[in-house]
Amino acid sequence: MELADIGKTFRRLDYETKVTGRAQYLADMSVPGMCHGKILRSPYPHARIKRIDASKALKVPGVMAVLTRDDILHDEGIEPYYGPVFKDQTIVAVEKVRHVGDPVAAVAALTVDAAEEALKLIEVDYEELPAVLNVDDSLKPGATLVHESVKLPASGFADLAELKPVEGTNVCTHFRLTRGDIQKGFAEADHIFEDTFTLPATQHSFLETHACIASVDPGGRITVWATTQNPFVVRTQLANIFKVPVAKVRVIVPYLGGGYGGKVYPKVEPITVALAQKAGRPVRVVLSREEVFYTITKHAAVIRMKTGVKKDGTLVARECEIHLDTGAYAEIGPRVAKKSGYTAAGPYRIPNLKIDSYSVYTNKPPAGAFRGFGVSQSAWAVESQMDIIAAALKIDPLELRKQNGYDEGDKFVTEETLRAVGLKECLDEVAKSIGWEDKTFKSSKVQGSKSENIRRGKGIACMIKATITPSISSAVVKLNEDASLSIYTGTVEMGQGSETVLAQIAGKELAIPLQTIQVLGVDTDVVPYDLTTSSSRSTFHMGKAVQLAAQDIMRQLKQIVVKEYGVPEDKVTFADGKIRLPETQLDYAEVMFKRFGMQGGTLVGEGQVKTSVKNEFGEKSTSAFWFLAAGAAEVEVDVDTGKFKLIKYATAVDVGKALNPLGCRQQLAGAAITGIGQAMFEEIAYDNGQLINPNLVDYVLPSLGDMPPVIDPICVEVPDRNGPFGAKGIGESALIPVAPAIANAVFDAVGVRIKDLPIKAEKIFLALEETKTKP
Amino acid sequence: MKKTISLRVNGLERSVEVEARTTLLDMVREQFGLTGAKLGCDIQVCGACTLLVDGKPISACSVLAVDVDGAEILTIEGLSKKDALHPLQEAFMEFGALQCGYCTSGFILTAKALLEECPRPSEQQIRDYLAGNFCRCGCYQEIMQAVKNVAGS
Repeated sequence: MELADIGKTFRRLDYETKVTGRAQYLADMSVPGMCHGKILRSPYPHARIKRIDASKALKVPGVMAVLTRDDILHDEGIEPYYGPVFKDQTIVAVEKVRHVGDPVAAVAALTVDAAEEALKLIEVDYEELPAVLNVDDSLKPGATLVHESVKLPASGFADLAELKPVEGTNVCTHFRLTRGDIQKGFAEADHIFEDTFTLPATQHSFLETHACIASVDPGGRITVWATTQNPFVVRTQLANIFKVPVAKVRVIVPYLGGGYGGKVYPKVEPITVALAQKAGRPVRVVLSREEVFYTITKHAAVIRMKTGVKKDGTLVARECEIHLDTGAYAEIGPRVAKKSGYTAAGPYRIPNLKIDSYSVYTNKPPAGAFRGFGVSQSAWAVESQMDIIAAALKIDPLELRKQNGYDEGDKFVTEETLRAVGLKECLDEVAKSIGWEDKTFKSSKVQGSKSENIRRGKGIACMIKATITPSISSAVVKLNEDASLSIYTGTVEMGQGSETVLAQIAGKELAIPLQTIQVLGVDTDVVPYDLTTSSSRSTFHMGKAVQLAAQDIMRQLKQIVVKEYGVPEDKVTFADGKIRLPETQLDYAEVMFKRFGMQGGTLVGEGQVKTSVKNEFGEKSTSAFWFLAAGAAEVEVDVDTGKFKLIKYATAVDVGKALNPLGCRQQLAGAAITGIGQAMFEEIAYDNGQLINPNLVDYVLPSLGDMPPVIDPICVEVPDRNGPFGAKGIGESALIPVAPAIANAVFDAVGVRIKDLPIKAEKIFLALEETKTKP
Repeated sequence: MKKTISLRVNGLERSVEVEARTTLLDMVREQFGLTGAKLGCDIQVCGACTLLVDGKPISACSVLAVDVDGAEILTIEGLSKKDALHPLQEAFMEFGALQCGYCTSGFILTAKALLEECPRPSEQQIRDYLAGNFCRCGCYQEIMQAVKNVAGS
């Protein structure tokens, strides 16, 4: 059997079960005695609940429980309020509903049909309230308040401790970053650029909707099977809500059918547990596609950006105001605001900054984490304006970026030192891939094209982002008596290929075949703590923890050899899965047999990674490592209609070290395709607070038919010294440059600037018409 | 109202009593325990529930079980023989044509129908035929490669 390795493509360990349809996802599972749960949701964006009467619903045959506010308010065993940052959510609505789709009540019944019938019989009297439906209205003085007051948790995320709601307003959080002297900076500038950019709410649209099975023992023991990216956060939140120690909550996570950030933090778990508790039976809730749109979205944003630039293109000052529509509940909006703020300077040295980033409550479904959150909003503005500046100063957009872009050792906006910065390598790679230097082709009519009115253009964009810091990942590995290895981690396999990469890392350390390694599924009763599978953090953090755990096993094997064979420690070496002694070599199974005296026994290795708020230079650290990436697009635009086609897209990400190269390319191309959807057509549409496209016909996802002929995923390798074998994270980076790269390519082709996503043919057409009427 | 229907599922004769409004997808998943086909959109656009009915790809979420009385159904579970995977399953693994796997059974069955209709499809034919299946992880390029490889085109 071939030994495991890194830097080499191995067939993923989760593939066989998936291509044969045998993989069990949550909606495929059931437990004995299980009922089906359904949720009654608000038809109004904002309303006071005057009366709820569930008595008729309870009479429907097969109904086991109906959950309303009375259950959660009058139960000593339930803390009704929860949330990952602020306690502004309730299991079901208490006084008010705050968005269309807000849960009002829930039913558990023996059949789905009975549950649905009972939902219709729950009587709710609402008193409609004025609603705030966009950030501008929400921030007006005297605007209706979404939350009259917000409860703060006793303790929460270390990196968000300073962010608080602004009492008496709809400001959920305000993050401010200042650097240098902003007035002096603008005074030094030769040119000042002021632009406003917007992007709409979008939806993750994982094909697997949120789901949960919950079971509550009479003794209070809670077991949930959950579609979650962070089982330990869900465990903590459930323990707080149901007032039990975390050890009494067990969270099991099967394979996820996609996550992309939309399955972090509690979603359907609290309501399912409450139902199961009341019904006295296990309950399964599987959300419909429509319900997913009410559960979580990506933040829409309005970004006002003012930038001062020297004649030679040097950026000297930036003032930026970012308004993020966080919807009715904070969820992780405070961190989205913070990350947008940190990256409003882009990957550029700008000495003078004044950044104000707000997450703002509105009466819309909650917005939360979506692949590259905060940065995908700010980068739309940063990278679009870079090209506005480049065009005005007649500087090549690639050169302008390289002139101002971060190098190794530069200071980030927080004054911490950047290391392992592959920004310019990424820019050069994507430029090369789309033929950036080929100026004669660029911006010219397409040769050989039938139409006289097709123009081709190229655009480029780049980004920097951080990973959640501080954080913790722990791993346990067990060496079995036959030298096979079991790996226990809290990392959720949601499609990213974590199982395989973690096995490759452990297998490389121990020099054993991949086929002898089993990565176990996530079960918080069994695996050690991990903060979250998000923020592109698992390869770096959990990969390192697994590496340390494997090294712990090797240390133990060495000690056994020293003791049992009487060989001095410095004469014991490892090579090719064997332990070499001066006279002989031993395989691991022999050493195990020697240690235990029989065919049995286990060695347990542990590894832990804990990142700190201080970096290795003693500076305040906002990120354990840095993500750098670039993208470049080539488009064809029809000047008569505005219709455009993406001809090619190149994406380069500084991956540190590509542990599984095919897996890396999948992540890069996949993130880019999500970016293509958001750039070109995805948008949640509202009418007076009602979602008018909460389905996959009207909310359009990219399909094979929308793909450019070529997507070129490129791995740049600038190793990070703290990552396993130099690896960094890669899950989110490639998405972020896509929209500005395409907008910049459209500008290059036809000279019109689209500042509002998505970039649609009609917007280009109208902008082209406007240029015609101008004198 | 219940009705008894007879059909062949993955080569086995089955006779089953279903409610008149039970969908083909619910019957296959709940009554036969074949959960490889997934409910994604529930309105016949995402392709995750694709099954082959008499060789043709069908969105099982939007077809009634009673309407496939007498039909031959193939699900992903019936595609591979005990020790041998179908060439499409092998190619999907080799080219990395899946990540989370939720769309995979639908893509593989749709691709199988394509190759039966058209053994040597052009790139455009593959794009058109598979445009009714979504892969939200974005493995489209790899899916193209896998299908082209099996087709030898």
